Amino acid sequence: MKNENEKMKMNNNSADLSATSANSVEVASERATPELKQDSIVATSNVSQSSKTPKDNYAGDIVVPINWKTSIIFTVLLGLACLFVLFSTDAQARFSFIGLNETALIQIPNVNLPAQITIMVLTVAMAIVTALSYYKAIQRQKMNIAFSILFGFSWVFAFLIWQIQGKETDFYVTGLLSMTMALSAPLIFGAMCGMVCEHVGVINIAIEGQLLFGAFSAVLSGSVIKIATGNDGLALLGGVIMAPISGVLLGLLLAVFSVKYFVNQMIVGVLINVLATGLTAYFYSTIMTENLALNSAMKLPVVRIPILADIPIIGPVLFDQSVLIYIMYILVIGLQYMLFHSRWGLRMRACGEHPKAADTLGVNVNRTRFRNVLLGSAIAGLGGAYFTIAQGLVFGEGMSSGKGFIALAAMIMGGWKPLNALAVACLFGFTDAVQILLTTFGASIPSQFLLMMPYIVTVFAIAGVIGKVTPPAQEGRPYVG
Amino acid sequence: MKLELKGITKNFGDFRANDNITFTAESGKIHALLGENGAGKTTLMNILFGLLRPDAGEILIDGVVQKFSGPNDSMASGIGMVHQHFMLIPVFTVAQNLILGNEPVKSLGVIDIKTARKSVKDISDRFGFDVNADDLVEDLPVGVRQRVEIIKALSRDAEILILDEPTAVLTPQEISELIQILKQLKEAGKIIIFITHKLKEVQEVADEITIIRRGQVVGSAKPSDSESEMAALVVGRKVSLTTDKKPAQPSEVALEFKNVSLVEKTGAIRLQDISFQVRKGEILGIAGVQGNGQTELSEVLLGLLHPTQGDIVLNGKSLLKMSVKERLNEGVGFIPEDRNLYGLVEDFSVEENLVLDSFDRLPYGKFGSIKPKAIRASALDMAQKFDIRLFNVADKARSLSGGNQQKVVVARELNRPLQLFVASQPTRGLDVGSIEFIHQEIVAQRDNGLPVLIISTELDEIYDLSDRIAVMYRGHIVGIVDSSTDRSTIGLMMAGIDPSQSKTGKAA
Repeated sequence: MKNENEKMKMNNNSADLSATSANSVEVASERATPELKQDSIVATSNVSQSSKTPKDNYAGDIVVPINWKTSIIFTVLLGLACLFVLFSTDAQARFSFIGLNETALIQIPNVNLPAQITIMVLTVAMAIVTALSYYKAIQRQKMNIAFSILFGFSWVFAFLIWQIQGKETDFYVTGLLSMTMALSAPLIFGAMCGMVCEHVGVINIAIEGQLLFGAFSAVLSGSVIKIATGNDGLALLGGVIMAPISGVLLGLLLAVFSVKYFVNQMIVGVLINVLATGLTAYFYSTIMTENLALNSAMKLPVVRIPILADIPIIGPVLFDQSVLIYIMYILVIGLQYMLFHSRWGLRMRACGEHPKAADTLGVNVNRTRFRNVLLGSAIAGLGGAYFTIAQGLVFGEGMSSGKGFIALAAMIMGGWKPLNALAVACLFGFTDAVQILLTTFGASIPSQFLLMMPYIVTVFAIAGVIGKVTPPAQEGRPYVG
Repeated sequence: MKLELKGITKNFGDFRANDNITFTAESGKIHALLGENGAGKTTLMNILFGLLRPDAGEILIDGVVQKFSGPNDSMASGIGMVHQHFMLIPVFTVAQNLILGNEPVKSLGVIDIKTARKSVKDISDRFGFDVNADDLVEDLPVGVRQRVEIIKALSRDAEILILDEPTAVLTPQEISELIQILKQLKEAGKIIIFITHKLKEVQEVADEITIIRRGQVVGSAKPSDSESEMAALVVGRKVSLTTDKKPAQPSEVALEFKNVSLVEKTGAIRLQDISFQVRKGEILGIAGVQGNGQTELSEVLLGLLHPTQGDIVLNGKSLLKMSVKERLNEGVGFIPEDRNLYGLVEDFSVEENLVLDSFDRLPYGKFGSIKPKAIRASALDMAQKFDIRLFNVADKARSLSGGNQQKVVVARELNRPLQLFVASQPTRGLDVGSIEFIHQEIVAQRDNGLPVLIISTELDEIYDLSDRIAVMYRGHIVGIVDSSTDRSTIGLMMAGIDPSQSKTGKAA
C-alpha cells in the first residue's frame, strides 16, 4: 500500500502543478476525489492478495491466473515419497554423528530410526506442506520459503532413510557434510568468478578451464619451488600465489579478445576451455609423468578455530578446514557486501546494466570490464587450487570434471547474488555427496540414476521455489561506445 | 556565461551528420534546436557533451576553446545532459544513480550513502522536484525519471543543461511541469539547450530558436513566428500539417473488444477490462503515454499474446481461438509499432518483404514453391502505387530510409482484402513528407469503409486521424471521447483521470 499512497501523492502533485500552468483549475481540484476512491478500492480488493501483488494493481474484478507450479512439483515429489513408504520396511536406518574430529567436546550418540514409521511421519509433513501450497496457490499468495525448505529437507531425509534401511553399517552424517563442503568449494569459487565477470557484463564460460589451470599450476609451481628450495611452506605459498595468476592469464585472453576486440564471449570462452584442457593434458602426460616430483602432493595447513569447531555436527565441517576455505568465506561475504555497497561494485554493475549510462558519467566501461574479468579469473584460478593443494592431492588430467559449468549454473540460479549462489552451490555439492555416499553404500537404485540426482533435485528446487531470476541487463554484449 | 559552437563538422563514413554548424547560447535563456529526426541535432549535442569528437570546428565557453576527450571533461566544464533515452540504471536507487562516477566514499571504497541521500534531497528541495533518494529508478514513472536526470546534471554543478527530446515520453501535464522546471532553471542563470522536433513546444518554451536541416543550420526563428513558417524551414518546403478528411460515415460495428484483460501469473496487470467497438468507416485512435498497455492491446488483437479474460470479435466471429495466420486470413491488416523488429525482415529484399504474409498462396506461390516472376511484378506495381523510392526491388529492406521502409509495410498490409486495419505508431520517426502520405492512405482506407484502429503516442497524430479517441492508462481505457475534445482533457485522461466521471461523480 505504501507504493500506492506515494503514487497518489505524486498524482496530486502533478495535478496541482498542471493547475498552475493550464487553466484547468476546476478539473484539477476535483480529481483528487476519484483518485482517492480508486485507491480505497485497491485496499479492499487487495486484502485477500499478498503483499507481492503489483503496485499497479487497483482492479477489483480482474482475476489473476493461478500459479500451480510449486504445487505440481510438490505433488510429484510427494508421490515419490509415498513410494518410499511403500518400499520401506520396519528395519532400522542407522545414522552416526561421529565427527571426523574425535576431539570435539560434545559427542552425539548414534541414532537408529525405524525406517517405515520415520518415512511415514516425514511424508505426512510433506503432505501438509503440499496441501498448504495448494491453498496458497488458490489464494494467489506466495508460500513462505521456510515451508519449501522444510519440504525439501523432509524429502531428502526420507530418501536417505529409504536407501540405508536395514544396512549393517552406520551412515556418517558428519562425513556427508564434510564431503558436501569439499564438493561445493570449487563450485563456490567458480560461481564467485562468474559473478564478478557477469555483473560487469562479460559472460565467462571459461571458468572450467580456469579452475583446471589453477589446479595444475598450483601443483606445478609448488613442486618446482619445493625442488628448488626444499621448503614446504614456500612451495605452498608459491602454489597459492600461482593459481590465481594462472587464472588471470586465461582471463587475459578473454578480456583482450572479448572486451578489447569485441569477439563473441562464448566463442572465446570455449576456446579457453579447450586450451586449458589441452595444455594441462599435454604437460601432465609429458613432464609430470617423466618427472613425478613435478606433480607432488602437498597440503595447505588445516586451521581449527577454537570453540566454533566444537559446535556439534557442523562445527568441524565449517571451522576445522583448510585455509583456502576461510579465504572462500571472506570472499563470499566480502563480495556480497562490496558488490552492493562500494564504489567498485556500483561502477562494475553499472557497466553490466547500462554501460552507456556509465560511460556518460565518465566511467571507462571497457577498462572496468577488463580489470574485473581479470579479478574474476583470479578467483577461479584460486578455486582451482582447492582440487589439488587444499586437499593434498596430485594433479589429475581433467580433474575439474565440469565443475566450472555447474558453478555457472549455481550463479545463475542464485540470481547473481553471492550468498544465494553459495546456497545453490552447497545444494549441488550436497546432492553430489549423497550420490557418492549412497553408491559406495550399495544403494538399491541404479547408480546412473543416482548420478543424475544432483541435477534433477536442483532443477526441481529451483523451478519450484526460486523461479525467475534477472541477469545483468547487458551481460554478454560488447560495449562499442 | 556564453557557449559558442564554431564550424562543427562531423562525418560518419560518407554521411555528413553535421556540416559547419555555428551556434551561440547565453545564460538565462532557453535555446531550442529544432529539426526533423535525423537532422543531426543529437550528433551535435553528443559532440558538445564529449561523447563524439568533431572532425572540424571548436567549442568555446566564455571565449575559451574547450577540448573534450570524454563526458568527464565536458561535465567538468559545467555541461550536463539529459539524454533522450535516459542514462539511468534501472536497478539502482536514485541516490546511487546520482553518485555514479563521482561517489563519496569512506574507507575501502565503501559508499557514503548518507552524503548521497543528502545531495538528492538538497537539489530536490531547492527546485521542488519531490524525488525520494531511496526509490529504485525502475519503479518510478517516466516523468520522475527525467527529474532524476536533471538532478543528476545539477549535482555536478552543470551551468549548461542540454535536454535531448525531453518531451517524447511525457504526458501533456508532465510536459508543462517540465517547462516550469526549465523556466526556474533559466531564472537561476543556467544555459538551457532544448532539442526537439515538435513545433508547439518550441513556441511555448524557447527564447531563441535555431533550425537544423540535413546537418546544416538553415535559419533561426522567434517563438512568435507561426508554426507553418517554422515547419517550412524544418522540412525545406511547404507542408500541410494536418490531413484533410471528410466527416466519417460509420456504419455497423465491425471490431469489438469485450472486457479483455491480460494478467500475468505474477499478478501484474497488462490489460484491464478493455471494452470498445470500432465501426466500419471510422477511425478509432488509441492515445496514451508509451507503455500503458498499447503494445499489449495490439498484440492481443493480432494473437501474439493471449488474453486471460474477455473476447475479441471481428464481424461476428471470435478471434480468440484463431492463430495469428488465421487472423490475418480473416482480413486483419496490421502495421506493427517497431517496423525494424516486427514489420520487416531487414535482410530480405524489398520484394520478399512485400509478400511476407502471402508467399504461400497464389499468385505468389503454389505447392510450397514461390513464383519469383509474379512476386517481382507485383512488387514493381506496389512500389509505384505507394511511391516507395528505391533503386531495385531486389535490394535489401535495410537499405531503404525509414519512410520508405514503412511504405513497404503499409503496401504489404493493404495488398490483400482487409476487414480491419490496425496501425501502431504508423509514422514514428518518419519525415513530414512520409507522414503526409501514410496519413492519407489511412484516411483512404476509412473512406473505403474499413474499420481502422490507430495506436499512437503522438497526440498530434491521434487528433489528425481519429474520429473518436480512446485514452489508455496503465492497461485500461480511461474513456472514449469525440475527436473534438480539447487537448487538456485528453491530457488529464492520459494521466489516468476521467474528467467526465469526476463531474458526474460530483453530480451524483
